Amino acid sequence: MRRFLLILIPYAWLLALFLVPFAIVFKMALSDIAVARPPYFPQFDWAEGIWVFLAELDFENFVWLTEDDLYWKAYLSSLKIAAISTLLALLVGYPMAYGMARAPEQWRPTLMMLVILPFWTSFLIRVYAWMGILSNEGFLNQFLLWTGVISAPLTILNTNWAVYIGIVYTYLPFMILPIYAALERMDGALIEAAEDLGCSRLSAFWLVTFPLSRPGVIAGSFLVFIPVLGEFVIPSLLGGSDTLMIGKVLWEEFFSNRDWPVASAVAVVLLLLLIVPIVLFQRNQQKQQEADR
Amino acid sequence: MSSPEFAPWDDPSAQPLIQFKNVTKRFGSFTAIDDLAVDIYEREFFALLGASGCGKTTMMRMLAGFETPTSGQIMLAGQEIGAVPPNLRSVNMMFQSYALFPHLSVWDNIAFGLRRERMAKDLIKARVEEMLRLTRLEKFSGRKPHQISGGQRQRVALARSLAKAPKLLLLDEPLGALDKKLRQETQFELMDIQEKTGTTFVIVTHDQEEAMTVASRVAVMDEGQIIQIATPDKIYEAPNSVYVADFIGDVNIITGTARPNGAQQYDIHWSEGHAPLCAQSVSTFSDGQSCHLAIRPEEVLISAEKPENADNTMQGKVLDIAYLGNISTYHVELPNGTVVKAQIANTRRISRRAFTWEDPVWLSWAASAGVLLAK
Amino acid sequence: MIRMSWFNTVSLTLGFAFLYIPMLILILFSFNESKLVTVWAGFSTKWYKELFQNEAFLSAAWVTLKVAVLSSTFATVLGTMAALVLVRAGRFWGRTLFSGMIYAPLVMPEVITGLSLLLLFIGIGLDRGVLTIVLAHTTFAMCYVSVVVSSRLVSFDRSLEEAALDLGCTPLDAFRLVTLPIIAPAVISGWLLAFTLSLDDLVIASFTSGPAATTLPIKIFSAVRLGVSPEINALSTLMIAIVAVGVISASLVTKRQVLRRQRDVQAAQ
Repeated sequence: MRRFLLILIPYAWLLALFLVPFAIVFKMALSDIAVARPPYFPQFDWAEGIWVFLAELDFENFVWLTEDDLYWKAYLSSLKIAAISTLLALLVGYPMAYGMARAPEQWRPTLMMLVILPFWTSFLIRVYAWMGILSNEGFLNQFLLWTGVISAPLTILNTNWAVYIGIVYTYLPFMILPIYAALERMDGALIEAAEDLGCSRLSAFWLVTFPLSRPGVIAGSFLVFIPVLGEFVIPSLLGGSDTLMIGKVLWEEFFSNRDWPVASAVAVVLLLLLIVPIVLFQRNQQKQQEADR
Repeated sequence: MSSPEFAPWDDPSAQPLIQFKNVTKRFGSFTAIDDLAVDIYEREFFALLGASGCGKTTMMRMLAGFETPTSGQIMLAGQEIGAVPPNLRSVNMMFQSYALFPHLSVWDNIAFGLRRERMAKDLIKARVEEMLRLTRLEKFSGRKPHQISGGQRQRVALARSLAKAPKLLLLDEPLGALDKKLRQETQFELMDIQEKTGTTFVIVTHDQEEAMTVASRVAVMDEGQIIQIATPDKIYEAPNSVYVADFIGDVNIITGTARPNGAQQYDIHWSEGHAPLCAQSVSTFSDGQSCHLAIRPEEVLISAEKPENADNTMQGKVLDIAYLGNISTYHVELPNGTVVKAQIANTRRISRRAFTWEDPVWLSWAASAGVLLAK
Repeated sequence: MIRMSWFNTVSLTLGFAFLYIPMLILILFSFNESKLVTVWAGFSTKWYKELFQNEAFLSAAWVTLKVAVLSSTFATVLGTMAALVLVRAGRFWGRTLFSGMIYAPLVMPEVITGLSLLLLFIGIGLDRGVLTIVLAHTTFAMCYVSVVVSSRLVSFDRSLEEAALDLGCTPLDAFRLVTLPIIAPAVISGWLLAFTLSLDDLVIASFTSGPAATTLPIKIFSAVRLGVSPEINALSTLMIAIVAVGVISASLVTKRQVLRRQRDVQAAQ
């Protein structure tokens, strides 16, 4: 009885506030927009029964998504932005994780804390901080003009570059931590053994260190890639009007166009898009756990 | 030992404290305990001995109430307890990991069970202090478990499980986490405490030396069944099977066929070209029945010359010598390739190098030295 | 001791500069006299004064705090229960679905979670306000809490609970007197995580809040959409300061505890 209640309470909560809402999104994706309140059709009517209601549902919105090139461009552009910024985060994060793992042991907790600290501070504020830096008269341009690298201010804010910088900045801890975890538990004697067997420092890195840190690299990359696909705040604050990301499109479809059915269809497709990387990520984690055992 | 000897298991009128009546426990398709019946008496120090996976831990967990039998009955003082939850049994357990509550002090750990009984505060205080005295932990009562050593933790665990004065105390590998020297000291302490409190102890262990040292009776288990229950000396000197003989101590097993030769006398034909061995046995074997002769290495004599008047003699050469300080074990290879172990106490320094590798030697033993086993 | 190679020193220096300089600039310009956030015109705290007179921000901050405290508390209770179910309950009908529902919100884009909850609230005719934000935040934060707590429960020595039962505890007492005090650090960090997630959340709150309840992130977002302002810098500085003090002191306390524990363990041998 006690066990039953323990299972029932969180189960019922999640069913009611996670699964049922999803079912509603799916149903909404099959409805049509209407000039009404709430702005969609059909409404469920007990009098007519379930079959009449079901007959009104159709896949028109999904057809619409393929016809208007805004949507598939937004999907492709989200994939591109997520891929590029994941790669950039890896390029910035790997050397940092490596440096942390090779730092003297008594520094490591402090370095860890320094990586995690930004994660606890507001996401919005961290994105906002770059608005002042990247604008035309912003700190970065002032600095570059002062050093004489450039003669006219660069336009960075409201371009994809600002989005990349913002994503790398906010998601960097997610990249660093798994790589650091993989590097930190690596036995230092392995490198010595490789050098003893005739490797140079660089080839020891490529032949031993990097392959051993690969699970961390894969985990970190997915931890950046997956949430960035649906990102909304960064493209809307740092990106320009031509920065297309699907999260932003969904938001505008819902709040500006008040087209709930199309917004729901966009959400359904985004979810389908996410399934592949999530399954791959899950498999990587499982392999890791089995290897640890 | 004081007289009269403590042996309630030989007294047909004695009432057992615990009775397992045809108890079977299955986990899915795996049978952990197979139709087991055993009686354990009050004030006994009963040891369950066996390799890991033999079912001894399952048996103990059924006594504690963490597992319920699939079939059969477990009786405690005449009451069936198979379905009684652990918190309502007057049985306490000392866990292998000690399971001391890390957030509570030594004092609070020991008082934990008493507080559950809503005992009066001053009674709790008196009882905890008594337990601290018994286990010599008075100085550490305010410390947390991580602030004391492994041996002290072991004593806290013992004090905590004894505090409620249970009818039965279960000890799951109680000394497994201690190093060898401390373990030996603690064994005697444990026996002392058992005697002082008069509690019935059931101990689970895989260490045969430990079982032999502490227990009044030992049950050797294998594959969910009890192979033999007897006092330590009987288990060692009169094992009922090759499994028990091999499990307890070191043994030479020679397999052959028996041929009766007088009252309780048998000739054992075991190898072409070797004279039959001569052995005494109280159990009877039919003519031509296959049998195993178990001889402890310390019963085998080793000499340079062929001994006179020995029941069994054979020649071989020294293959290996294990010098253990107080004793040496010689591995002697017979012409047919069989290796027989012989043990000699190193009483005199001078005799230490009596034999060396490759030396031809004679082995001998008396007809009454070995035990003849059917299986 | 190993000396740091120049490569590691450079990569760490540049990396941490990248992480921290933007925030330092943000903090610096919150004390700027000028309205312009990019030109330094002398030290002033006037933006802080202005911030504390801004009724809209203050009331949004109050709503945010209320939502965060309520939702993180509910999320901690539900998340701990869910963790117990995941680690302890064994097999039951729909277990795969249950664990799927725990892990899915962790990777779900916030826009989808927000949208789906909004459609639910409209569907059942629940007026949007503090209650709906609390429900939404509780739902996604409980998943984070259950991940944190279940990773602690997995390494929890079951024999401690068995010992409590053996000494006369009912199962509920064993949980209250033994399990809960031992897993408390994980439960507390779960609560803190849920609290921060709730304080931070813009997207889900935007979907599920009504005109009556505006949270601080929503307020900040609509303000910064129009461009940078020193007042937002001042607000950000305060938020960063609170978090920094919290995180640093928490890590110092943990470090001291770990050190003391090591010393105790050594002394006991």
